[in-house]
Amino acid sequence: MATPYRERTITDPQMNTGDEPYFEAAAQGRLVLKQCGDCGEYHHYPRSFCPFCQSENVSWRDAKGTGTVYSYSIMRRGTPVPFCIAYVTLAEGVTMVTNIVDCDLDSVRVGQPVKVTFKKSEGGISMPMFTPI
Amino acid sequence: MSINGKAYIAGAFEHPTRKAPDKSTAQLHAECARGALADAGLAMQDVDGYFCAGDAPGSGGFSVANHLGLKLRHIDCTETGGSSYIVHVNHAAQAIAAGKCNVALITLSGRPRSEGAAGTSFSNQGASGMVVYSRGMGVPDEPFELPYGSATINMYAMVAMRHMYEFGTTSEQLAWVKVAASQHAQHNPNAMLREVLTVKDVLDSPLIADPLRRMDCCVVSDGGGALVVTRPEIARQLPRPLVKIRGAAEALKHQMGGKVDLSYSAGAASGPLAFAEAKVTPADIKYASIYDSFTITVIVQIEDLGFCKKGDGGKFVADGNLISGSGKLPFNTDGGGLCNNHPANRGGMTKVIEAVRQLRGEAHPRVQVKNCDIALAHGTGGSLGHRHGSATVILERE
Repeated sequence: MATPYRERTITDPQMNTGDEPYFEAAAQGRLVLKQCGDCGEYHHYPRSFCPFCQSENVSWRDAKGTGTVYSYSIMRRGTPVPFCIAYVTLAEGVTMVTNIVDCDLDSVRVGQPVKVTFKKSEGGISMPMFTPI
Repeated sequence: MSINGKAYIAGAFEHPTRKAPDKSTAQLHAECARGALADAGLAMQDVDGYFCAGDAPGSGGFSVANHLGLKLRHIDCTETGGSSYIVHVNHAAQAIAAGKCNVALITLSGRPRSEGAAGTSFSNQGASGMVVYSRGMGVPDEPFELPYGSATINMYAMVAMRHMYEFGTTSEQLAWVKVAASQHAQHNPNAMLREVLTVKDVLDSPLIADPLRRMDCCVVSDGGGALVVTRPEIARQLPRPLVKIRGAAEALKHQMGGKVDLSYSAGAASGPLAFAEAKVTPADIKYASIYDSFTITVIVQIEDLGFCKKGDGGKFVADGNLISGSGKLPFNTDGGGLCNNHPANRGGMTKVIEAVRQLRGEAHPRVQVKNCDIALAHGTGGSLGHRHGSATVILERE
């Protein structure tokens, strides 16, 4: 069985105040994470403070853009185009909700190494996604 | 302060409807409220505490209290998704123990079947694409999840996929949960799915979101339910069998800033707390209502509650071990959410109701557990794959 990746309509992220730099970086082809200047922890989704130590000394860092598939699922019904949702654990240690793209979706496996790529939403906002290395 | 022995479930009612296009949600709340009060032998005027969650029309319980004509001195609208009603049993017992109310009414109702809002994906096919559910304005996680097509079913599917990877759980083992539910549902005339299923039937149903198939999912139904919780002195004057609340607890789990771990649920926290308060162990439980939004939900929760070791849930549920009469842990003898009923897409209420039936000896004779003196009801609300609340209650027939 093969389920080739097909482009799908991606709904726009309904950004909240403070999210803009994340998506501006994505538009430049960069995946960024918030890192705490006090405890050193990365976190995701980005906040204006560190959810581990509550410090407001957090700043944006460029992520390496590589990771491994923590879990995934291929949505086959109730969607015009099958797609693969996944949790990817980044090299920095945080795990994010994303999609696996540009591959045979049936070849996706837990533990598989992946790298970041970007797909545009219907309103043209870049969304970080991942593809097998 | 412990609630052990401080309150009793005096009334329980499950609405028989599974499709109610001709009734409003408020009407269903009212019918459920009247049903549970009649079951208890109490009247609407006796109610001085009211509990509801996000399914209640309006906000903060005002609308339903107004609709019912309640005069209240205690109100609690705690919202933790499908587990809310188990949380409400806990909170009602606390309120009664603290002297804040005497007769607590808990109601749930909804019409997702009539309104075409399954919450999961498969009823939402159409040229416009997949329906994406926003939970409102300003939800901080949504920009980072919804564009990826995050939905109830594919997030639970990721829990199942990870469970398979970490522990070797199989699709056949998942299917056994549905098979057991179907064995029970055949005896429930109100159940949506009464056909007895085999493992093969489940495995032959189409994949919706790998590895979950259509038959790994619960039903979509209209309906509702209600409970009446009261203090011991009042419960003892009522004609119904005494169902004592021995212990209850709730817990929350989320993505922990990106340190995601799908291997366990908040039940790993709520379960031990409830057992400690009840002063019983999993071995004492004769019957368990376990929230079954999907088959994987049951497996994860059974592990977290301590009925088996973490990772052994798949093996535990296999070969009919959840079937009343032959299995070690009879579960969801009404057919559960998987086959009977999942009103308002929220399963916690029906879990408590069937546990009460078992303790009273009022379950269907073919699924009634013999000498059922201690039962557990456990729910997960929200999404096991994102953020969820778990609640556990342990009940005893006195």
